[in-house]
Amino acid sequence: MRRIRLRPVLGALRTLGYAAGLPALALLAWALATDRSASLYFPPPATIADAFVETWFGPAFTEDVLPSLGRFAAGVLLSMVIGIVAGTAIGTTRWLRDLLEPMLEFFRAVPPVVLVPVLMLMLGVGDTMRIAVIVSGCVWPVLLNTVEGVRGVDTVLTETSRSYRVRGGLSLRYVVLPAASPQIMAGIRLCLSIGLILMVISEMFASSSGLGYRIVYFQRSFMIAQMWSGIVLLGLVGVAVAGLYGIAERRVLHWYHGMREVARG
Amino acid sequence: MADISTHEKPAEAAGTTLLSVRDLGKTYGAGPGEVEAIRSISFDVRAGELVCVVGPSGCGKTTLLKCLSGLLHPTSGSVALAGQAVVAPPKKMAVVFQEYGRSLYPWLSVRDNVGLPLKARRLPRGERDDAVRAALEEVGLGHALSTYPWQLSGGMQQRVAIARAIAYQPEVLVMDEPFAAVDAQTRADLEDLVRRVWQDLGVTVIFVTHDIDESVYLGERVLVLSSSPTVVQEDLAVDLPSERDQISTRALPRFTELRTHVHEQIQRAKRGDRTALPAT
Repeated sequence: MRRIRLRPVLGALRTLGYAAGLPALALLAWALATDRSASLYFPPPATIADAFVETWFGPAFTEDVLPSLGRFAAGVLLSMVIGIVAGTAIGTTRWLRDLLEPMLEFFRAVPPVVLVPVLMLMLGVGDTMRIAVIVSGCVWPVLLNTVEGVRGVDTVLTETSRSYRVRGGLSLRYVVLPAASPQIMAGIRLCLSIGLILMVISEMFASSSGLGYRIVYFQRSFMIAQMWSGIVLLGLVGVAVAGLYGIAERRVLHWYHGMREVARG
Repeated sequence: MADISTHEKPAEAAGTTLLSVRDLGKTYGAGPGEVEAIRSISFDVRAGELVCVVGPSGCGKTTLLKCLSGLLHPTSGSVALAGQAVVAPPKKMAVVFQEYGRSLYPWLSVRDNVGLPLKARRLPRGERDDAVRAALEEVGLGHALSTYPWQLSGGMQQRVAIARAIAYQPEVLVMDEPFAAVDAQTRADLEDLVRRVWQDLGVTVIFVTHDIDESVYLGERVLVLSSSPTVVQEDLAVDLPSERDQISTRALPRFTELRTHVHEQIQRAKRGDRTALPAT
């Protein structure tokens, strides 16, 4: 009995080793490379760690980190809602699809960063503009993936629903959206990583708070260790967002992963 | 054994025409690329009958079934269920599809797969749960309520699909080659299940298959279709005893006679088609 129980523990340790091994090695390499150097631009990790604690565990947390995360969350959530609602409408309505698809391709191809000045003119320099920048880039992967997913529902499933008269909202809730959910989730994953980038970029223009603003400020003030600590923080936010996405995906798509596992086994 | 072709039907509601198919034709496409899948099919099904539809592969069985179930509009002719023209999937009909793996909702548990059509019908929760449980018990899956379809074997998945159809409480149960993709042993069990469901519930069953033995073993009546473009080649009454058994029924001389007869009909249909083709 005991031997069998040891296995998952060892397995977990091994997973941890794989996951943490490379970062630890990279950190060590950084430490060794910067140990003797007096370069202003590449401070040793210990200095960055000090700067990290000093900078972000203080008023900057409420002044920069929280507003950034709030804008990120608002932009991403708005993108998901717009993307899924509009995507479902477009995907299920043929004439709407024929009407909109060429235009969607055009707007998707416009890099959202170039919209910043335009949006500034239209919406001012406040949070609305920054959230709009995030939405202008994040909505596309969700929208286009939802359209594809909703369109691609298996015909046998559609016919089954039709013959059992499962229609309207019930069909949307229990058939169409679940069937499209693997694609929608893939869109959301892209939306999150684009959202983080756009959050930073939107804060680099005409801003007085936020992670992006603070990092640029440190750069211009030659506070190099602080700048690096901001970059580290962004990376950690990215990891946390990916972690949350992973949890959500396992919940939403548990059937999908289970089915694929059965098909493979 | 009587050699005449009248046969016993279940006592309930026997005799009245429930489903009526008149001069049904279906042509796909238009112009030079058009394909005539069904030329003209007419038949009636009385309430409480178990009719098997058999024909060579590619003869338009699935097309016929989709027209019957209101999923496809025929090009010509009409289908009527209890006197009402079928233009959309009727309330009183349930369909079991061949591809059980694609016909069950993989994101819903077995319970919810069976229950969803009842929810669409706005059956109150309590009644719905009872109907789902009863249907799953009827097919021998009372223990599998909260598993997912993909966790079950192929035969069990098709049982879930049958349970979904039963729970829907249809007057007509339409089955499209439901056992084509399961192994022989499972298939035999499922055939007996269909006979039992038919007898227990007094439902009218239309069972489409390409398997001649299956059609004779299951049916009280066999409709033999010709090759495409399809017509009804023969309407045959199956005068086998109503209690059927995989071993003893299949060993009856009458069973062999009937299956040989159907087999010959299908061969004739294929030959007839081949000689007819160059003429047109």
